[in-house]
Amino acid sequence: MIEVKNINKTFGENHVLKDVSLSFMPGKTNLVIGASGSGKTTLIKCMVGLHEADSGSILFDSSSFDELDKKKRRELRQQIGMLFQGGALFDYLTVEQNISFPLNMFTEMGEEEKKERVNFCLKRVNLNNANNLYPSELSGGMMKRVAIARAISMKPKYLFCDEPNSGLDPQTAILIDNLIHEITQEYKITTVVNTHDMNSVMEIGDNIAFIHKGQLAWQGDKDSIVSSNTKELNDFVFASKLFKKIKKGV
Amino acid sequence: MINGLKLFGLYLSMLGNVFSRPENKKVYFRKVVDEMVNLGVNSLTIVAIISLFMGAVVTIQTGLQLNNPFIPKYLIGYATRESLILEFSPTMIALILAGKVGSSIASEIGTMRVSEQIDALEIMGINSAAFIIQPKIIASVLFFPFLVIISMGIGMFGGFLAATLGGIISTPEFLQGLIYWFEPYYIFYALVKTVFFAFAISSISSFFGYYTRGGALAVGKSSTKSVVWSCIIILFINFILTQLMLS
Repeated sequence: MIEVKNINKTFGENHVLKDVSLSFMPGKTNLVIGASGSGKTTLIKCMVGLHEADSGSILFDSSSFDELDKKKRRELRQQIGMLFQGGALFDYLTVEQNISFPLNMFTEMGEEEKKERVNFCLKRVNLNNANNLYPSELSGGMMKRVAIARAISMKPKYLFCDEPNSGLDPQTAILIDNLIHEITQEYKITTVVNTHDMNSVMEIGDNIAFIHKGQLAWQGDKDSIVSSNTKELNDFVFASKLFKKIKKGV
Repeated sequence: MINGLKLFGLYLSMLGNVFSRPENKKVYFRKVVDEMVNLGVNSLTIVAIISLFMGAVVTIQTGLQLNNPFIPKYLIGYATRESLILEFSPTMIALILAGKVGSSIASEIGTMRVSEQIDALEIMGINSAAFIIQPKIIASVLFFPFLVIISMGIGMFGGFLAATLGGIISTPEFLQGLIYWFEPYYIFYALVKTVFFAFAISSISSFFGYYTRGGALAVGKSSTKSVVWSCIIILFINFILTQLMLS
């Protein structure tokens, strides 16, 4: 379980996160939604330690990230998998080398064992015969799958996804969403997905937090989101004609 | 001024992170070898070409200056050797490498930064500065002296070709000049300079790459800044070390 308690973050004069408190349950796909510039990415970056929050705390299974020393932080980070918006694959490594990278760095696995793990991860994300390809030879969807495979190679307890389906066609986006959802349930991972894609919300949103202008404006699940009376949330969710029609019951 | 101090502080803090204990020594060692090939072996051709012509030009120009019957001809070979060892090979090659290797380091690391590959390393629990930069610095410091020694050799060969083929002096005279009054300390001085230059090029370029912010345009700017600053620092180090070691 991940708990975010009273997080504040400013960049110069810009107060990006204002006293945000949230909790994310294991085995659930927790979604953080909000318009561009609302503070979603800053929140996720504070959670994984890429940004330091000005105040507040982040608890990973009751241990505070901020209070851990450098070594313990590193150990905790090895339990975190992250899927970046652009994949963030190492472009000088092949798919297989990308996935085995954390295994090389942190485990004593033999070559055979590593290869087995890599193939297992690739199979899990439905990607076969891609071991020797370089990231530049992959499509957007394939890149995201390889990034997921790399993220789960170390059997993480926590998985963070920053806009996992940005730049993908709707069909591939749904495939990636479902893959994240399945992996979360299968391995009982605490997954936090940062998105502004309403399709993702309706597909995989077990627990949804809506961030508006740096503040937590609403929290619930995908069934309650359409019936919410929160004005900011309604403006965000029903911005498109399609969702307006859904609301009207057309 | 304050910005400059801030930048210098950031550079020192980066170096602090760079020289921390590696997470996996085997992987780091492999990276050092890879970087030696990328930064060193792959620069051999350009170093060889530049050195060959540099040696030839130095010989021709020295030949023109020493066109006096009272000055022994073999001094052309001597002057060529001294110019190459003391200044042209270490400093000129360092400036060339600042352009070739420096820009490549800055743009490689800058691209890793803007495409979030550095963030990915950090999230995995890897000290990204150490993992990316340390092998580059070690590889440069270990390999650049070899490049400079090769440059000296090829430069003298270039001088020899120009001298003999151009009819400036005879082969025995040139060779006599090359071995005349040889001071091994000068080689030591050149190699010490090269080690400092190698450190400056690799660390300054890495610094500008590592702190790139923005997109593709920012990567280009980092690359340019790294070359400019590396060249300035090379010339500054050259002055200081020459003052300390030769005066």
